Amino acid sequence: MADVSAGPTETPPPARPRQQRFLARVVGTGVLLFAHFITAVRGKWDGVAPDDEQRIYFANHASHGDFVLVWAVLPPRMRRKTRPVAGADYWLTSALRRFIGRDVFNAVLIERDRVARTSDPIGLMAQALDEGASLILFPEGTRNVTDAPLLPFKSGLYHLARMRRHVSLVPTWIDNLNRVMPKGEFVPIPLICTVTFGAALHMGEGESKQAFLDRAEAALLSLSVKADTP
Amino acid sequence: MTLPPLDLVAVLAGLLGVLAVASVIGYALQRRLSADGSNVVIENLNDRIRAWWVMVILMGLALMGGRIGVTVFFAFCSFAALREFITLTDTRQGDHWALALAFFVVLPVQYYLIWIDWYGLYAIFIPVYAFLLMPIVAALRGDTDHFLVRIAEVQWALMICVFCTSHVPALLSLDIPGFAGRNVLLIAFLVIVVQISDVLQYVWGKLLGRTRIAPKLSPSKTVEGFLGGALSATAIGAGLSWMTPFSPLEAALLAFVIVVMGFFGGLVMSAIKRDRGVKDWGHLIAGHGGFLDRLDSVLFSAPIFFHLTRFWWSVP
Repeated sequence: MADVSAGPTETPPPARPRQQRFLARVVGTGVLLFAHFITAVRGKWDGVAPDDEQRIYFANHASHGDFVLVWAVLPPRMRRKTRPVAGADYWLTSALRRFIGRDVFNAVLIERDRVARTSDPIGLMAQALDEGASLILFPEGTRNVTDAPLLPFKSGLYHLARMRRHVSLVPTWIDNLNRVMPKGEFVPIPLICTVTFGAALHMGEGESKQAFLDRAEAALLSLSVKADTP
Repeated sequence: MTLPPLDLVAVLAGLLGVLAVASVIGYALQRRLSADGSNVVIENLNDRIRAWWVMVILMGLALMGGRIGVTVFFAFCSFAALREFITLTDTRQGDHWALALAFFVVLPVQYYLIWIDWYGLYAIFIPVYAFLLMPIVAALRGDTDHFLVRIAEVQWALMICVFCTSHVPALLSLDIPGFAGRNVLLIAFLVIVVQISDVLQYVWGKLLGRTRIAPKLSPSKTVEGFLGGALSATAIGAGLSWMTPFSPLEAALLAFVIVVMGFFGGLVMSAIKRDRGVKDWGHLIAGHGGFLDRLDSVLFSAPIFFHLTRFWWSVP
């Protein structure tokens, strides 16, 4: 029986003890199974192959489950290297969300509030890329609850693309998930969803911010039309 | 647990034998005509044969699993079918509660009623109770846009995907003198006749098809294909009378009814797909499309086959 009070003060345990990692994997698998059960989600690789290269998947955002679907259709080897970018203001507000956001999905948590933030979102994303991760990014910045198919993109995608030009930017259209769980509902309706990946973009030499963001928006929107024809 | 009837084992072994032959033929065709995978028809044929292996094995396991196996299997088929159907409807957020109710209450309750064999309730649960309850729930949400269309779509989806499908496992509850313990073979008979008919209509159509029956709905359906498929499937049904409580003539008549209902079921479901602008209901079964693409003809024939058998052969 160890005497807790005696001896030198212990070093703090590693940030993610084994049990927690194990639990995170179990929960991750459970979430994926549930996503498949509800949505029978299928990935359509229209413009890129499911190759193991470093990418930023930029997707439309209508539901909290969006990145789960993208994650679910990625081949397992790529899935482990792909981190969603999510708002710290949402995912750090309770112990459960923190566990799901950080441990299960290994999200890059960024602070969206320009005034109050203490860390640089673009810097955090660039750092994750430098560590070899791929990213799932929602350039609309927030969930789209309007009737418009897309909200205007924030400039984050542009800044990140300019800083890490070698990374492929893959437009990723998530179809139907907004009907599965509209904002304010808590029971998901089983409906078939698809995730369509379009041809990769790279920033052109001297391309202006607005031209680049327009091009990215158009690339993503063009997939939404295809999504309707199976 | 009782052992599955020997006839069932024989039927399943026969089906696996047929599939083995089909696979060998498919392989030979592929070697000869599509070595580089470029012949679309051959590749689709082989996709279909592979999917048939999975379907026959799953179905066989379900039938061997007896009452629980069959009920759970068809409950899952209903779920997958309803998921495909609702995906193509124009439901809105105002239907959210009604839809949640359809998937998570009406569907399980219907199969529970089948499980406990309460004929008086499962025969009217969806046509009466769900029919009245769903629009009430939808109305409470207050969204009146296209209200009638939306509630009609949900009710139709429930009737087709849950009510009709549930008549397949309901065959287990029929009490037919001299046939006790072998009801699972009625399911095998129904499913084999329907599916063989689909396959043979396809084959006859490819061989002799000239005159289109419904060019607008389903360009691949021809009079020659239908007649050839229906008659040969009817003959096969007669040949399967040993596994049923029917005489060869009765089995032929029932098989014919099943085949005709199945054919028109396929036509109706094609009309819906046409209207929605899609080719397949889903993507879960490689080469076939969705669950509904494979189930459409079973759905239309199951309730009719159930009631004919119940009326003439079962004791109340």
